[in-house]
Amino acid sequence: MTRILRWAIPLSALPVLALLAYGFRVDPREIKSPLVGRPASPFTLATFDGPPLSLEAQRGKVVVVNFWASWCYPSCYEEAPALERAWRAYRDRGVQIIGVDIQDTVDAGQKFIQQFGLTFPNVRDVGGKVSVDYGVYGVPETFFVDRRGRIRAKHVGSLTDEVFRGHIEKLLKEAT
Amino acid sequence: VTPELGEGILIVALALALYGSVAAGTGARTGRSTLIESAQHAAVGVFVLMTAAIVLLAYAFLTFDFSVRYVASNTTLATPFWYRITAVWGALEGSIILWAWMLSLYTLLVILRHRENARDLYPWAMSAMLGVIAFFALVMTVSAPPFQRLSPVPLDGRGLNPLLQDTGMITHPIALYLGFTGFTVPFAFAMGALATGRVGDAWITTTRRWTIVAWYFLSLGLLIGGWWSYHVLGWGGYWAWDPVENAAFMPWLTGTALLHSVMIQERRRMLKLWNLTLVILTFLLTLFGTFLTRSGVIASVHAFTQGTIGAFFLGFLSLVALTALTLLAVRWDVLRSEGTLDSVISRESVFLLNNVMLVAAAFTVFFGTVFPLLSEAVRGVKVSVGAPFFNQVNIPLFLSLIFLMGVGPLIAWRRASVDNLRRNFLWPVTLGVVMALVCFVLGVRSSFAVLSLALTLFVASTVALDFFRATRARLRMGETLFPAMGGLLLRHNRRYGGFLVHLGILVITVGVMGSHAWSVQTETTLKRGESAHLGGYQFRFDGLSGRQEANFFRVSGTFTVSNGKPNLLVMTPAKKFYPQDQAPIAYVDYRLGLKEDLYMVLGDFARDGSQATIKVQVNRLVSWIWIGGLVVTLGTVLAVLPDRKAPR
Repeated sequence: MTRILRWAIPLSALPVLALLAYGFRVDPREIKSPLVGRPASPFTLATFDGPPLSLEAQRGKVVVVNFWASWCYPSCYEEAPALERAWRAYRDRGVQIIGVDIQDTVDAGQKFIQQFGLTFPNVRDVGGKVSVDYGVYGVPETFFVDRRGRIRAKHVGSLTDEVFRGHIEKLLKEAT
Repeated sequence: VTPELGEGILIVALALALYGSVAAGTGARTGRSTLIESAQHAAVGVFVLMTAAIVLLAYAFLTFDFSVRYVASNTTLATPFWYRITAVWGALEGSIILWAWMLSLYTLLVILRHRENARDLYPWAMSAMLGVIAFFALVMTVSAPPFQRLSPVPLDGRGLNPLLQDTGMITHPIALYLGFTGFTVPFAFAMGALATGRVGDAWITTTRRWTIVAWYFLSLGLLIGGWWSYHVLGWGGYWAWDPVENAAFMPWLTGTALLHSVMIQERRRMLKLWNLTLVILTFLLTLFGTFLTRSGVIASVHAFTQGTIGAFFLGFLSLVALTALTLLAVRWDVLRSEGTLDSVISRESVFLLNNVMLVAAAFTVFFGTVFPLLSEAVRGVKVSVGAPFFNQVNIPLFLSLIFLMGVGPLIAWRRASVDNLRRNFLWPVTLGVVMALVCFVLGVRSSFAVLSLALTLFVASTVALDFFRATRARLRMGETLFPAMGGLLLRHNRRYGGFLVHLGILVITVGVMGSHAWSVQTETTLKRGESAHLGGYQFRFDGLSGRQEANFFRVSGTFTVSNGKPNLLVMTPAKKFYPQDQAPIAYVDYRLGLKEDLYMVLGDFARDGSQATIKVQVNRLVSWIWIGGLVVTLGTVLAVLPDRKAPR
């Protein structure tokens, strides 16, 4: 009896260690936003180039709304090239990326866009109303909106090629 | 060259620590003293190199060397001098370097202190400690390199998280890490005991002071963390059961259990297996704490950035857990108790009960902390476990522990007689009951408050009674009062040091109880000239002002506080706007008092200064928590003083 019991001590550590290992497979930053499944709140904001851009006008496309800021180092700096790559790969397949610069100055935002050579439209959320509507509490945060204008996923933190592709391919397969 | 130099130092330190660990282990097994001496030299070398590395990193901060990525990420040209020093350990990579440095310091101290007096165990302990250092050096060379080069070199850095720009951040991590790393020493000697099979009291008597020191620094780290949270974060609390607070609290609980249970082994030669299990568990929990903060597995306000480092820590955690627990299983046969429990009403059994409660508390905290993970693994549902769970489960446990704190030190060993019980506990129990009745008559209806106050008085009077009797005995021998008391404290420093620590814990308990049961708060929006009323105080909003400071912009509200007497004082809670951060940081204004603290946080405000939203709290008895910390400090100092043999 005690022979079995003694080995129970080291063995008892295994399930705990296994549980912690499992922890690597989940991402605590993947926060379920209550907005997922709801219609994306509409907005019309001025782009850095001048003309206003409205979310409503993108209906029928899969829209990616990415909240960023020039002071958000390093996360926004890490994801900017990935976003630009994604834009080039998907722009002709019915995907629209909109960058929303929040809590920032025009100059710093402009410099950020030039630094990474961003070609997708970027708007300025002056006054922060849109970031409040979307429940943004840190940058970067990214929302994936389907063709019917519903928020389908939210990603907190730097976006990678894989994460982007995963969400977008799924939404592109869906009918309008 | 700083990045290359730093990396070079760390690689050599890694090699030296590995060599030292193997040499000490081989020397211990074969008895070749030249190998052990060589390992000692290696350990000294590791300490020198780690010191050089941390000094180099500090130098890089002081000279704004942005070619080091870590420096660029954690400082700006505007960061004041002291926060460039604290930035050294303000983020992931630097915290590991501090950790490794402290471990190398402890190793050096162990060598200086024990190379003559613990010849059997000490080479093994040195091997274990150098092994742990080697792991941290490996982390720094592979997974979280503090000296990674940043290219191109930026003109300015990103800056330290403004919340960390506080004096609490100078001391909190240092105390906490001294506690965490300190538990490596008893663990290392325990490994020596298991490796040699000498599982008697040698490892316990050798490590008694080390365990107390580690426990003390861990306590201090927790208290300073609470103080930082209280006066910086602005939610008016000092403890939130955040996963990482829990991570530091769990080893505190098992460490406290260990401090008590080793006394039973010293006295009655029981609980050998239990003590070794506790010390292993405590060390594993310190590693678990670092794992939790650095792996990104559980979301927490304390979380550092993630990376491969989590996998490193989990690997090491598994290695240590399986090795140590397997050793325990191998030595099973020599771990039998030599003594037996004679009676349920005895000091042994009270200490055992204390251990059961402390470990139960540690277990519930552990369970609550990893439950979100468990829930997601088993049911696929994300949940979070909040303060109500922890409070509900732990408050009864802690109140029982306080009761045992009164009983344990005075009840007789082996079997307590009715006479022993009456002599030591009649008066304290009476006083406790009277206290409960007085509270009730005065209208205190919170059972938590009544129970804590009654138990506190009960325990305090057991201590007072014991001290009174011992002093009286000395006075009868012809001594005068103060020499008698002083002599008592110094001759029986272990006993009275422990009592003093207990009193400190009681003071903290009163503070926790008071703030829990009697604090009040309100949140309101005021126009200029209007007042808020709370707890007998009146807070009048007089206006806003803005000012540019060294590295932030400050908007302060001015509030005139009165209570009956007009214009008692002026308070100026503020918001600090750091250019590189989106959200402003609250600057709490507070007035500490023995009975209550006034605590103000500025919320939203109109830009023209016509109105402001404020949160006002009157927090009761919170200062007692910090005072209790001082008492614990005094008690610890007394307890670790060198032993004095009683005359004759």
